[in-house]
Amino acid sequence: MATLQTRATARIMMSPAVILLFVWMIVPLVMTLYFSFLRYNLLMPGTEEYIGFLNYQYFLTDPAFFTALANTLILVGGTLLITVIGGILLALVLDQPFFGQGIVRLLVIAPFFVMPTVSALVWKNMLMHPVNGLFAWIARLFGFQPIDWFAQMPLFSIILIVAWQWLPFATLILLTALQSLDGEQKEAAEMDGAGAISRFIYLVLPHLSRAITVVILIQTIFLLSVFAEILVTTNGGPGIQTTNITYLIYMQALLQFDVGGASAGGIVAVVLANIVAFFLIRLIGKNLER
Amino acid sequence: MARATTTRSKVIFTVIGWTIGFLIFFPILWTFLTSFKSEGAAVATPPQFLFFDWTLENYREVQSRSDYFKHFTNSVVISVGSTLIGLALAIPAAWAMAFSPTKRTKDILMWMLSTKMMPAVGVLVPLYLIFRDWGLLDTRFGLVAVLTMINLPIIVWMLYTYFKEIPGEILEAARMDGASLMKEIVYVLTPMAVPGIASTMLLNIILAWNEAFWTLNLTAANAAPLTAFIASYSSPEGLFWAKLSAASTMAIAPILIMGWFSQKQLVRGLTFGAVK
Repeated sequence: MATLQTRATARIMMSPAVILLFVWMIVPLVMTLYFSFLRYNLLMPGTEEYIGFLNYQYFLTDPAFFTALANTLILVGGTLLITVIGGILLALVLDQPFFGQGIVRLLVIAPFFVMPTVSALVWKNMLMHPVNGLFAWIARLFGFQPIDWFAQMPLFSIILIVAWQWLPFATLILLTALQSLDGEQKEAAEMDGAGAISRFIYLVLPHLSRAITVVILIQTIFLLSVFAEILVTTNGGPGIQTTNITYLIYMQALLQFDVGGASAGGIVAVVLANIVAFFLIRLIGKNLER
Repeated sequence: MARATTTRSKVIFTVIGWTIGFLIFFPILWTFLTSFKSEGAAVATPPQFLFFDWTLENYREVQSRSDYFKHFTNSVVISVGSTLIGLALAIPAAWAMAFSPTKRTKDILMWMLSTKMMPAVGVLVPLYLIFRDWGLLDTRFGLVAVLTMINLPIIVWMLYTYFKEIPGEILEAARMDGASLMKEIVYVLTPMAVPGIASTMLLNIILAWNEAFWTLNLTAANAAPLTAFIASYSSPEGLFWAKLSAASTMAIAPILIMGWFSQKQLVRGLTFGAVK
């Protein structure tokens, strides 16, 4: 039983982390909220004034916002599609016994440890370059016209890069979940004459469902804020074809110095992320009770 | 018969597995190989895979031209510094939550998790202004502070899940023997917690090393870690593939090796214990 004294000690031990985190969260957030109601541009100092919801109105009715929102959703959705399906297939392969399994596993998870700026630049230059890139060479080898990736399909190119970075994460988590599947259950299903496909649909997939949900939610949180990959490859372009919400707000804040507008955008981004976070927190919270 | 099929399937999966592994790893391998080429060989068509004049020139050039090790040192200071401070804050907190849980412990944990979900861009403006006004822009100190706070929830969570697995009876026994709280922590808990703390540290250094939002937005020439340094190669005049490859190889090699060692903890850490 925890005595009163240990309880007090526990509180003291917790407080530095809790207080710092609280300050870290609440102070900037309140500032963002406050700025979002001001006309505030760093290029026009001294003209700050309260303008109500005007920043929100501008931000939310700007056509660029809808493009950026659509880009964000396509980027998140496309990456999720590739990584979840690819991750399930990869996990199924890696779960089979074969020679050098451990080494292949290391090869597969490697991209996750590559910093975003490196992977984006390596893909953009050395693989996807329309003249000297490796993909162009492969295309010509088979007699095809090389694709100019970042001119013809800029958003898809970024999805490919981001998917390459996150595929290891999905694979690793799904593989971990797969390995916790009871072998006896599989055997029983086999004895009952269930084929590989029905075993996958009725036994493996339901078992994986929780892990898949976790993968989707956590990746969504991170993918909503993809930034470095866009910055070093396309700068949001051509036009605003690869501008996502994060990048749009960054441009408004640090390139146009529109503090008010960027803050309104920031609050919108927080609200969007919270919708996802709501479900993730419930899922993980449920897990805590066990 | 059953045996024959197993061997056959093993061979088939060996081929499939290695092919996939090779393809996924290829961009990294390609970067590694290109870092030993001359700039001419790096852009050659058809590409030269292994038979080129291997040279260490790029590694020398990257250092002499751009002071590579300054940025490398920045990365080390920022990632290790933020991790150590984070651990100092998180170890007592996670200990208290794991061993003296109250009704509110779960709420505090969930709240910590929720701060991690706030998109960075939501607080970009105020943080940038605070940094500007306090002279923290482009300082290592500023980045250490930001990255500490960013990863603190993950550190607390990971430690919490590890500490939870330490049987409480042992602590009770120590208490019965009259051990004080401090003694309990130093002599009983710490030795059992070291593996968990070590893997938390490893994962967190990896995350901090690769963080590429705040490092790009809050640094310029002085405090720029490798993420920001490599980003400078995105400018058109910086398109020297062999040098980019050499800089990249040095930037990812230490973390890749650490990552391979911590692959088991990765799942636990990144899913906040939801998948183990």
